[in-house]
Amino acid sequence: MLKSADAFCRSAVLYFIFIWLGLMVFIPNLLVLLASFLSKDPRYFLSLPLNLENYKALFDTVLFGVILKSLNIAFFTTVFCLLVGYPFAYFIARSPKEWRSLFLMLIIVPFWTNSLIRNYALISILSTNGLLNSFLLKIGLISQPIQILYSDWAVFIGMSYTLLPFMILPLYATLEKLDQNLLEAARDLGAGSLAAFFKVVVPMSFPGIVAGCIMVFLPALSLFYVSDILGGANSTVVGSVIRNKFMIARDWPVGSAISVILTVFMLFLLKFYYKSGNSEEEQTIW
Amino acid sequence: MVKTFFKGLYTFAVYVFLYAPLIITIVFSFNKSRYSVAWEGFTTQWYGKMIQNTGLLDSAVNSLFLAATAATVATVVGTITAVALHRYRFIGQKVVYGSLSVIMMSPEIIMAISLVMLFVILGIPLGFTTLLLSHTVFCFPFVTMTVLARLKGFNKHIVEAAADLGASEVDIVRRVLIPLLFPAILAGWLMSFTLSIDDVIISFFVNGPSYEILPLKIYSMVRTGVKPDVNALCAVLFTLTFTVVMVSYHLVKEKKA
Repeated sequence: MLKSADAFCRSAVLYFIFIWLGLMVFIPNLLVLLASFLSKDPRYFLSLPLNLENYKALFDTVLFGVILKSLNIAFFTTVFCLLVGYPFAYFIARSPKEWRSLFLMLIIVPFWTNSLIRNYALISILSTNGLLNSFLLKIGLISQPIQILYSDWAVFIGMSYTLLPFMILPLYATLEKLDQNLLEAARDLGAGSLAAFFKVVVPMSFPGIVAGCIMVFLPALSLFYVSDILGGANSTVVGSVIRNKFMIARDWPVGSAISVILTVFMLFLLKFYYKSGNSEEEQTIW
Repeated sequence: MVKTFFKGLYTFAVYVFLYAPLIITIVFSFNKSRYSVAWEGFTTQWYGKMIQNTGLLDSAVNSLFLAATAATVATVVGTITAVALHRYRFIGQKVVYGSLSVIMMSPEIIMAISLVMLFVILGIPLGFTTLLLSHTVFCFPFVTMTVLARLKGFNKHIVEAAADLGASEVDIVRRVLIPLLFPAILAGWLMSFTLSIDDVIISFFVNGPSYEILPLKIYSMVRTGVKPDVNALCAVLFTLTFTVVMVSYHLVKEKKA
């Protein structure tokens, strides 16, 4: 009697999980894929016939230019976060054990205020009479205020600020697991500290680097509110384009097509991530 | 010695970068000037203005309620998923793992448009229900991952012993797993709460005019200028979150000890 109750429990739970994921994850994503091959309709948003026009629209000069510029900002954001975040994660991972959770906590704490408000606060740092310009003037690096706010530079700074923790956390997770003995072995065998770092530490933390880059690059393409708050009239990211297609132009198909491209790109990066050598269990997913 | 100094300086500089906007928000909530650019003297008037601004307070309460509800539902769904993934072997297990990591990694905007299409096609009116469903979807994988990590960490034989002593599946979950998993469940809830209360992009798409939440209210203000009473509210909310997290962190710590 008990056994059959347990079996019922098991199938109820599994059915629940599959229905939940199917309804909220698979069907919605299939809808986007389907919509990207349909045409727009003023009344029902979507209409037949199936076609490839929406994907051709991506190569329209204006749209393609926006996508290229956004890719550019996302690329530099990722590089900046990696260069700044890597040494930082490395120092924390090698700090005394009892301090580490505090250091980690300190990275997360600023995220408990609304992210829009924090990006808005960046305005008072970046504006022409803001803190950054006053500082640069004072130390004599510049002779007159420079225009950073409402430019692509400001979007880059805002993105880097918002996403830096997403680079630090995965890097820290892999660096913390790194066996110190390996470094000592490298030193004993005659490697200098730089050589030991680049030939032992960096390759071993590669999964963390890939994870961090995914967690920064993809959001840097899509966080439209950062470019809304800090960017100029011409600073738009891929996310703003998708939003405008959906909410203003009511053009679901083209918006979906951009989203499909982003998804394919993400799946490709994820595959690369699992190949970069993770635990066996995760590897078998793909 | 010099090396340690530079390491410390570097770490400090990164923290300054991360904390500057937060500190500016709190400082300017006490500033006399209406515009958050120059300091014109200390005042607490914005806190008074904030208390009178019922529209703003209502949206904050709505946000807190939504985040607490979504975090709770996500914790239940996420914990069930984690326990099932850990205890059962079933066809499609890899698909479940895969979709969890896809949800966690995919840019919010992709999930946002896919969900809004689903809701519009099913004819579900945009508002609290759609917000709750969407927030639960993007939060629950984080609960699953936290709980799974803890499940892998503890002794399997405890569960086997319970089963040998005649405990049913329900008993095992209620009397063995949930007490053991409690710290992970709480951590998952807190993570979901923070993700939900700060979400802009998904809420922007799946919300309707019937239910106003704080991030969207702020979003509608950023182009015209955010008033200092919003800074005041954010400072209050930050202090609240900070206290709640610290208290629960210590409670869990004491339980473990």
